[in-house]
Amino acid sequence: MSDVLGVDVWRGTEQGAFQAFAIPRRQHQTVLDVVTEIQREHDATLSYRFACRVGMCGSCAMVVNGRPRWTCRTRVNDVVDGDERLKLEPLRSFTVVKDLAVEMTQFFDKWKAARGYFEPGEHPERDFAAVPPDTKKRKFADAGIECIGCGVCYSACDVVAWDKEYLGPAALNRAWTLVNDVRDRGQRERLDAVSDSNGCQACHTHMSCTRFCPKGIEPTYAIAGLKRAMFRWGAG
Amino acid sequence: MTMRASHSQRGFIAAMLHRLSGIALAVFLPMHFLALATALNGADAFDKFLTVTRQPLLEVLEVLIVVALAIHLTLGLRALAVEFFDFREKTLAVLSVCLATVFAVGLIFVLNLG
Amino acid sequence: MAILFIAQRVTAFVLAAAVAVHLGTILYAVRGGLTAAEILSRTHGNMLFALFYAVFVFAVAIHAPIGLRNILREWTPWRGLPLDLVLTAFSLLLAFLGMRAVFAVYGV
Repeated sequence: MSDVLGVDVWRGTEQGAFQAFAIPRRQHQTVLDVVTEIQREHDATLSYRFACRVGMCGSCAMVVNGRPRWTCRTRVNDVVDGDERLKLEPLRSFTVVKDLAVEMTQFFDKWKAARGYFEPGEHPERDFAAVPPDTKKRKFADAGIECIGCGVCYSACDVVAWDKEYLGPAALNRAWTLVNDVRDRGQRERLDAVSDSNGCQACHTHMSCTRFCPKGIEPTYAIAGLKRAMFRWGAG
Repeated sequence: MTMRASHSQRGFIAAMLHRLSGIALAVFLPMHFLALATALNGADAFDKFLTVTRQPLLEVLEVLIVVALAIHLTLGLRALAVEFFDFREKTLAVLSVCLATVFAVGLIFVLNLG
Repeated sequence: MAILFIAQRVTAFVLAAAVAVHLGTILYAVRGGLTAAEILSRTHGNMLFALFYAVFVFAVAIHAPIGLRNILREWTPWRGLPLDLVLTAFSLLLAFLGMRAVFAVYGV
């Protein structure tokens, strides 16, 4: 193993260039360790995000050697062979604020547009709802509720890259968890929201979202569920 | 330049094969319909047309369009299975079965052409 | 519009069956080469064949243009009414040429 790791880091916004750094190679270093070392020891003007650094918050997501990942959970040794360089870019399909930090607003706006929020209705129940965890609907919901909105799936999705209007895997996955929430009273409106040309029908089952989700969520199957729901309800 | 990771994924490759074979079929179909319609001028006209298509290049294209049809069918079945039957696929296994079927179809066609 | 998505998936199911039959027929019929006489002897006056292929033609005339629409909207800047009009024309072309071919081999 070489002593030095060559790192190419994106600098700028949509316009910009890669800047090269040489970082001492250490055995268990993560990509987050590398970025932090660059910013603290080499170039204080580098902008990037992190928070928990232990794989819980999703703030550190960026594209590492062509693949969207969490830098805190990515060992350099797992992504770099021999003398290969490390290449760091901001998440794809987001507006770049600066360097490795992206603007998340549009991502969450689409979440809202997909009605990815709980609708209690005009007269919410007074008492707790008894929802057996082993019912089919609850299992579908449980499979998707751990999403922390990190944006990796959105970055991975080719349809998001091709069609600016597409709501994207995270928003649609969230909508599916709510479609399966027996307490929710906004089913009709939500199905309409995800059944337009920018909704579930735009997914072509490339499955990159499912492949790269760091939490093992499978948005592809959630979106497939929305397609079936759309058929059943005759929405749109 | 590093290839985008999503483009080396099996699901993407499957989707591209499905999409490109669909385009090929869409382009081919009007020609196919025109070819068949030469029979309107009688069996002889139709026969004459078929003889014209016996050139090696066209025969290769014929095999390719049959293969394209098989690709589009098998990968279409995969898409329908995932979308409508909640099929949780092992993409590699599914793709292998699809491509094996396509290969078999292509082979049988070539062998039967004689 | 969800109606296009639904139409494309419904015709997909129809075509899954039709293509399977068509491919099987081709693989069988093409043995030792194919002549017009062979094809026409099977299709001439064969109402079952004609009906089958009529259904096939209409399903394709719906399915293919919708697929092309997705591709063009995603891979080119073309969208909106002009695109939809061109694809509708393509759909009608497929239906017309297809039915003409069906009549041709049925012997009308």
